[in-house]
Amino acid sequence: MSQRKGLISAAIVAILAAACSSTSASPAASNGPASQAPASQAVASEPPASAPASETPVATIGPGEGELNLVAWAGYVEDGSNVKEYDWVHPFIAANPDCSKVTVKTADTSDDMYTLMAQGHGTYDGVSASGDASNRLIDRAEVAPIDPAVIPDFKDLTPFLQSPANNTVNGFHYGVSHGWGGNTLMYRTDKFPTPPTSWDAVFDPAKMSAYKGKVTAYNGTIYIADAALYLKTHKPELGITDPYELTQEQFDAAIALLKEQRPFVGKYWISYADEDANFESGASTIGTTWQYQTNALKGENPPIPVEAIVPTEGMTGWSDTWMLSRYAKHPNCMLKWMAWMVTPETQAQVAENFGEAPANPKACAILNTSTKPYAIPNFCDAYHVTDEAFYNAIAFWKTPVRDCGDARGNTCVPYDQWLAAYTDVKG
Amino acid sequence: MTTPELARPRGNRRIFGWLHRHPRVKLGALLVVPAGWFGVIYFGSLALLFAYAFWSLDPQTGEVVKQFTLANFQRILEKPVYGTIVIRTVAVAAIVTVVDALIAFPIAYYMARVASPRRRALLFMSILLPLWASYLVKTYAWRILLAPNGPFDWGFKLFGFDGFSDIFGISDLSMTVVFIYIWLPYMILPIYAGLERIPNSYLEASADLGAKGGPTFRRVVLPLAMPALVAGSIFTFSLTLGDYIIPALVSNTQFIGNVVFASQGVAGDIPFAAAYSLVPVGIMAIYLLVARHFGAFDEL
Repeated sequence: MSQRKGLISAAIVAILAAACSSTSASPAASNGPASQAPASQAVASEPPASAPASETPVATIGPGEGELNLVAWAGYVEDGSNVKEYDWVHPFIAANPDCSKVTVKTADTSDDMYTLMAQGHGTYDGVSASGDASNRLIDRAEVAPIDPAVIPDFKDLTPFLQSPANNTVNGFHYGVSHGWGGNTLMYRTDKFPTPPTSWDAVFDPAKMSAYKGKVTAYNGTIYIADAALYLKTHKPELGITDPYELTQEQFDAAIALLKEQRPFVGKYWISYADEDANFESGASTIGTTWQYQTNALKGENPPIPVEAIVPTEGMTGWSDTWMLSRYAKHPNCMLKWMAWMVTPETQAQVAENFGEAPANPKACAILNTSTKPYAIPNFCDAYHVTDEAFYNAIAFWKTPVRDCGDARGNTCVPYDQWLAAYTDVKG
Repeated sequence: MTTPELARPRGNRRIFGWLHRHPRVKLGALLVVPAGWFGVIYFGSLALLFAYAFWSLDPQTGEVVKQFTLANFQRILEKPVYGTIVIRTVAVAAIVTVVDALIAFPIAYYMARVASPRRRALLFMSILLPLWASYLVKTYAWRILLAPNGPFDWGFKLFGFDGFSDIFGISDLSMTVVFIYIWLPYMILPIYAGLERIPNSYLEASADLGAKGGPTFRRVVLPLAMPALVAGSIFTFSLTLGDYIIPALVSNTQFIGNVVFASQGVAGDIPFAAAYSLVPVGIMAIYLLVARHFGAFDEL
């Protein structure tokens, strides 16, 4: 009886503690798990208001703590249960017997990812964050800087991915770049005998009226940037330079475009599974996608007739980083995982399975001779793996802030207003 | 080693004896854990929600500013979209409740007063079994049923009707249908319990006094079943009001819950999410007051 009472009161205390730590919104340095070496070096003594100027990066990897808990995009942590040829979890465990249990929580959006990391202190050791979450995670001191020397393959990463702005702040590396890609335009080839070439297929009412209700769009605030990117080409008088740095006038134009698009959208897809189901049933026939869904649909038996293209206006995209939580209970296993994820063998598997450019070009030799289900000829050319000009042409997801980052100063529309406006678009 | 072992039962007996003489203390000791749990976790989180609603988010730093402000409520009132979403949510919840009541009443009546015990058990099982399946599985199953070229679409096409997937498919109508299905058991079970309690003698008395089926139903059965009906409606109404997964999966519109969900995440606008959450809390408070008026809590 007293034992049980003790358990319950311990649970109450734990929940209260969790509630308190989330209300204070700043990490407590005394949080237990992080006090293990070597992550202890990463614990910030004071919660910084913005990216910390002075940090002690994690510089050594100790023995593994037995298990590893990850937050990741679908397709980033595969153990062969989806497609048996794609399995880099079991080899990881075989190579690191001191990290013998890997669990993953799949997140559907960057919002999900951020929430899981910020509210799940101690639950998750690391995350595969895109740029619209990674900088926020750095700013809010949720993730720890690492010394690139602990990642043996770091030096082989594409030069423009070694210190990109989405994971390197003030010279500190908050994780290791993993892969990148664009949000392409997918369509059902049986419904579109003439392939689309432009985003006008999902933004121009004159075109969309032929397939009203079959258009799909990404259900996320960040989709506003896709509208802005379209306007950058089609309404040059607005002077849009960066679809994430929009003045009020530019922003209003993007919102107006999305409201115009709204009646033609049959479904805003909320997860990769949602979009797959809709393209399979024919409820959606055209719209923005990740390469992952296109590959999955093509890989079905019988294959769903879909194709994905890079429209002439360019595209928004993601560049993902494996990051170590400051509250990790298993920091050493996470560091081993980060090192594992950028080895050429793993990079090749992830890139092919997910459909993205690997951060480590050494994967190309493996990819070009691959015979696995999603292999494509000349993979690295198709994905522009080392093409810096192409990389620079993608408008990578990042969190919109008031500071435009240029001569316009603090006149840009920040994320909270993006969110309110997006709610308004959906009505 | 032996001394404490001998001493322990004696000590326990003394405590038990003392507790026996002080029954109020005994009751208090028994209740402190569940009551504490309820008070701290349940009311604590509600209080926190309430406090957050009057705080605000500093968009520059993303920090919650713990200073009293009505800005969140001002935003809810000033932007028409938030009102639209509240009206939509309440309207769908009301439709779901009414339709569920209309479907549930005959089933519950049949189970309580007509069916043989064997058939009653069978019906009970078929109503309770779906509750064991995951809510998500059932929702996805409905998506498949209603999808273009899905079973319903195919069936209607056999009879020459082509427009099914234009009307259903991903739409508010589909969402309402799924809600009606998912929450139906929560309406049937209370009504069944209410109808079962009506003594047969009442119905016989009504017949003896010359009332036919219609008047007996209207003037005897329905008033007596009213508290149960209202109790069931609390379930269907509040469950629909608070849902956000079915709207996201089956329709293209937003419920209050979807806006609350979107406000956290990268946005981190917990204060606004809290303020908007208070809207359904307020609606339910009014609903429960009305339900009490109808005697929904009389038999608790």
